[in-house]
Amino acid sequence: MADYLFLYRGGQRGNSPEEGEQIMQKWMNWFKDLGASGNLKDGGQPLEDEGKVVSSKGGPVTDGPYAEAKDLVGGYTLIEAGSLDRAAELARGCPILERGGRVEVRPIMKMDM
Amino acid sequence: MVAALTRVFGLHNLELAEDVVQDAFCRALEVWKLRGLPENPSAWLMKTARNRALDVLRRERTARTFAPEYGRLLETEWTLANAVQEVFDSTDVRDDQLRMMFSCCHSELPETAQVMLVLSLVGGFGVRETAAAFVSSHAAVEKRLTRAKKTLKESGLLFDIADEADFAQRLPAVQRALYLVFSEGYHGASARAVVRADLCNEAIRLTLLLAKHPLAARPSTHALLALMYLDAARLPARLDPAGNLMTLLDQDRSRWDRGMIVDGVRWLERSATGSEISRYHVEAAIAAVHARAQTIGETDWGEIVSHYDRLLAIAPSPIVALNRAIAIAQRDGPIRGLEAIDSIAKREVLDGYPFYHAARGELELRRANGAKAREHFHAAIAAARNAEERRFYESRLAACEAGTAEAAPLRRTARG
Repeated sequence: MADYLFLYRGGQRGNSPEEGEQIMQKWMNWFKDLGASGNLKDGGQPLEDEGKVVSSKGGPVTDGPYAEAKDLVGGYTLIEAGSLDRAAELARGCPILERGGRVEVRPIMKMDM
Repeated sequence: MVAALTRVFGLHNLELAEDVVQDAFCRALEVWKLRGLPENPSAWLMKTARNRALDVLRRERTARTFAPEYGRLLETEWTLANAVQEVFDSTDVRDDQLRMMFSCCHSELPETAQVMLVLSLVGGFGVRETAAAFVSSHAAVEKRLTRAKKTLKESGLLFDIADEADFAQRLPAVQRALYLVFSEGYHGASARAVVRADLCNEAIRLTLLLAKHPLAARPSTHALLALMYLDAARLPARLDPAGNLMTLLDQDRSRWDRGMIVDGVRWLERSATGSEISRYHVEAAIAAVHARAQTIGETDWGEIVSHYDRLLAIAPSPIVALNRAIAIAQRDGPIRGLEAIDSIAKREVLDGYPFYHAARGELELRRANGAKAREHFHAAIAAARNAEERRFYESRLAACEAGTAEAAPLRRTARG
């Protein structure tokens, strides 16, 4: 088993509180499944839309992040899986996919000194 | 709310759950004083408690573990709010209270501690009110509650109400705890007040909860409900307008709650299935005999005696024997009654029990033995727990001294 990062990008928010609740319930169920199958290492966190971007040391700090909704990172989760393929398979269950978003799946680098 | 919060905080964080609920109430006091009562006060309280719980979970995330059943769900914003909201959804609340009740009736705890926990954690009674429900000081009750909660916390998980075998095993303890809560309200040892309808109501509410659960909806639970309804029906008449205790002889039966009697009889009928005869069946049957009688004279004491014979066989105790002796006195006269009292096994247990001395006094008075009667009533006054009891026994003492051997009212004592 190795560690993989799920980076959530894009995806529309709910248009109403009821819709929002339904979406959260789907996340809840997906997380429960990941927990039950032993793949959830760290639930991670959702991210606010606003933020700042620091591009150069000493340079200006701009308002960010990118305005393009489809690239905006909405949050992250850390999982454990047997392989990258398996991790990608697990990502298929993510509710963000129903809302026009996507999941970037990246293996955590083990740095050996 | 404590029960619901404990589900997500975990039993080992019981005090945290209590603190959060306490905070919600404190906040309510502050805000409502300024802005007035909200439209839906209980919803307001729940929302406040829920938000506070979320704060706590976020803040304490790294410092504590919470309920193992929730695992990682509480650690991330993706699922935290949803998980907490789930426990506040009304469909779960009833189960939470049941779960908590069963958890409180832990086999390692003495009965009194079990009852205290039920009152405190499910009934929402504060330390002061719990101390009032028992003959105990605030400090003593607090100490017992702390110890009991420690045992509860160390037991690990909340009782699993889905486990049938465990459920069946613990049900008698839960029934007993509720029976004791009811008894305490019906005629308690509190120095503050002898009759506390709020305790009776709480006991009935929780027993109804029990009766609605398929695993607990047994004849014994129905019988317990019958008993509670039939006895509670008499509550409005137990004290006169001046707050004095009224005996069955003197009670204004028109003040008995007919609706509760009807309900009680219905529950009694429902309990008459299966082969199980619990002590609650017998006690309910006795209460039904009283409820049937329009006047004291119409009471079928013969039937009551035979019920007590049965009760003595199922649940022998000096208190049951005392009640039986009183019924015998009603049926056969004071001498037979006194004989029955004298033959009670382990009579010495009753020495601190005012009803014992009062019964002896009453029967001696009936057979015109004034001197002996006075002695017994003095002992009763000494053992009395509250002003109402004292006043009552003093009035009986006065009757002795006035030499009036009227057909004295014989008080049915509290249950055993």
